[in-house]
Amino acid sequence: MSLFKTLQEKPWETPEAAGSIAIAQDFDPAKIAVRFIMAVVGVLFFLFIITFLARSQYPDFEALAGQPWQPFSDASRLWINTFILVFASLFIQFGVRKAKEQRQDAVVIGVSLAAFFSVLFLVAQLDLWRGMLAMGFYVNTNPANSYFYALTGIHGLHLLGGLIVLANVVFRVWYDDKFSSISRPLQHCATYWHFMLGIWVVLFALLTSESETINTLAGLCGF
Amino acid sequence: MQHVAIADQVDELHDPTSFITKYIWSQDHKVIAIQYGSTAIFVGLIALALSGLMRLQLGFPDTFDFIDPSSYLQFVTMHGMIMVVYLLTALLLGGFGNYMIPLMCGARDMVFPYLNMLSFWFYFVSVLILLASFFVPGGPTGAGWTLYPPQAILNGTPGYDWGIILMLVSLAVFVIAFTMGGLNYVTTVLQARTSGMTLMRMPLTVWAIFVATILGLLAFPALLVSAIMMLLDKLIGTSFFMPALVSLGENLDYTGGSPVLFQHLFWFFGHPEVYIVALPAFGMVSDVISVHARKNIFGYRMMVWAIVAIGALSFVVWAHHMYVSVMHPAFGFFFATTTLIIAVPTAIKVYNWVLTLWKGNIHLTVPMLFAIGFIFTFTHGGLTGLFLGNVTIDLPLSDTYFVVAHFHMVMGVSPVMVLFAAIYHWYPLMTGRMLDEGLGKLHFWVTFLGTYAIYLPMHYLGFLGVPRRYFAMGTTDFIPASAQDLNASITIAALIVGAAQMIFIYNVIVSLRHGKKAGKNPWRATSLEWQTPDVPPHHGNWGPELPKVYRWAYDYSVPGAKDDFIPQTQPVLEGEQSEEAEAMRK
Repeated sequence: MSLFKTLQEKPWETPEAAGSIAIAQDFDPAKIAVRFIMAVVGVLFFLFIITFLARSQYPDFEALAGQPWQPFSDASRLWINTFILVFASLFIQFGVRKAKEQRQDAVVIGVSLAAFFSVLFLVAQLDLWRGMLAMGFYVNTNPANSYFYALTGIHGLHLLGGLIVLANVVFRVWYDDKFSSISRPLQHCATYWHFMLGIWVVLFALLTSESETINTLAGLCGF
Repeated sequence: MQHVAIADQVDELHDPTSFITKYIWSQDHKVIAIQYGSTAIFVGLIALALSGLMRLQLGFPDTFDFIDPSSYLQFVTMHGMIMVVYLLTALLLGGFGNYMIPLMCGARDMVFPYLNMLSFWFYFVSVLILLASFFVPGGPTGAGWTLYPPQAILNGTPGYDWGIILMLVSLAVFVIAFTMGGLNYVTTVLQARTSGMTLMRMPLTVWAIFVATILGLLAFPALLVSAIMMLLDKLIGTSFFMPALVSLGENLDYTGGSPVLFQHLFWFFGHPEVYIVALPAFGMVSDVISVHARKNIFGYRMMVWAIVAIGALSFVVWAHHMYVSVMHPAFGFFFATTTLIIAVPTAIKVYNWVLTLWKGNIHLTVPMLFAIGFIFTFTHGGLTGLFLGNVTIDLPLSDTYFVVAHFHMVMGVSPVMVLFAAIYHWYPLMTGRMLDEGLGKLHFWVTFLGTYAIYLPMHYLGFLGVPRRYFAMGTTDFIPASAQDLNASITIAALIVGAAQMIFIYNVIVSLRHGKKAGKNPWRATSLEWQTPDVPPHHGNWGPELPKVYRWAYDYSVPGAKDDFIPQTQPVLEGEQSEEAEAMRK
């Protein structure tokens, strides 16, 4: 691995000419930053999920799926929301591909639809909340409910943050009238979108798990 | 060798013109660093004053009417939280990280200057929220800096209503601020190094800040998660952490949550936090020692590896803070083992500092005095850490003054010693003027000897079993009356040390105008930050052309060289390579 190779260099031995080791690399700080952001957000959700599993082992925890009266035994609402987010991801990827081909119209369509489906997902999630509340699954009646609201809420906020960044990218390209420069920032947005989709799929799996599944997972973690 | 990026963005630089863009909404990393630094020092002084009040109560109980048990707990809490998070983290990473990374890597600025500015203003807001808690009904929280539930949000704890909410919100905002800054630091190190600056040619300061920032990025989410969940417990009545309980004869609505879960989350942040503070200090002290001993740092590679190893290990030791919570003995064994393992790379670093001094041409300047002082205080604090890392020794010592003495030596006094070393060392670069040396030496000796006068007796109090966090001892059979005399003497020492910091503040302010002119590179250092065309460096740092780096940052006292230092920008002389290679062969 290059990291280990780097760490083995002996800088005191090789006072070479700077030119010989200065290999101009792809200068793309945003790419590095997006990777770090995904690491940070990943850790955030990882910790939430670990506490979810730990908390699930206390007697008052009632999983949200399994028995017929539990809301996610029928997960069709969640499936719809998932498909909405999948569409957002697909369209932003479409936009990236067309941006590489420099096809402005197609990019506009792709990005607009991606934004539309992302907003639709957020609205659908809020509607899911409304439905849960209507069924009497309040935030504080059960720790599983609390986790449902906390996890979906924080996931939604992260998607909202992504939308703000996407709006900023679009605005800057528009303002500078430099369409050719949209490809790379759009690629970074797409990476983040796929990542948020991945997180959502994990949350979906977790929230619709029956108590046996949750207990097995918790057992694997040593709780 | 392919890690070098050339990132000269000279065409994107716009020199700020108005006062507001230059000093308030500044995107220049140097101005942001000063903003971070001065805000941090300001809140640090508040925390220092709080510690003085605590000591007054402990040294002379029943004397001061304005300190009651509630306010004592509030002082303890705010002192701890401010010092650890809002002073040390902010000053080391927000202050020195911001100032040093671009200059030492040869960049014109951070790669995301706007984000960098936002980072500072979020930090500033978090400080305002924190300080606001002094003025709300009930005052700031008195839950202890660890904020353990259930007591942190229950009636009976000072500030259980407003104070704790403001504390949690402030912490959440701080985490956001840190994340924005941290993204900048890591990305700048990875992408904006100048030509020739390979990773292994970076000064240890940059290495240490780099690794500490990665720790922060991965550890602060744990604090954010626990803050969010505790806020929900407090505000909406969820039961993440809150068990079913009876408070003041009343059944609360909480059901079986887990307070220990919070402790795990908190310490999963809290232990890396120790190294988020310690690693930058390690890095900066390495550079200060090397410059003022006129000798290359001993074992540079080993130093880098140790930084990386400490960073990695710091994520698997957290539960050694929780031996007295409920824990399976096997876990205690595991965490004791990892804790002792982390002492190995740490000890390597201490040996290397000492070996750098050995046969060096030691200049006992003020920064050097503080650096050597740090080696003492850190070794003492580190050794008591080995005591506490063992479960069987920790159990009787837990929650006594021994613990207080340990962590103040290792992560209070030690990083602060390095901060002083760093400020005395880099002040000439930041302002173009030297700090007064006489006042500096006075400041050093009072601080150094004073901290021993404070913390050495505290170890003894701990052995006696004097518990920490107590407002007053009352009458306890196993604590002799003489312990009170010791407490009084500690208080006097603490007040003297606290007052001595005013010498430093005076020195910093007066030297801005009246200090001796520093000129370029007053310490005759090799690293890049001293090679700027102007001192202090102007916006954009490097004038029209970025510097080129030809060597590592530690070419001091090279045999056969004209001076006793060769700057990193000095091209390789003819024959230098073969001569060195020959020396290596011998």
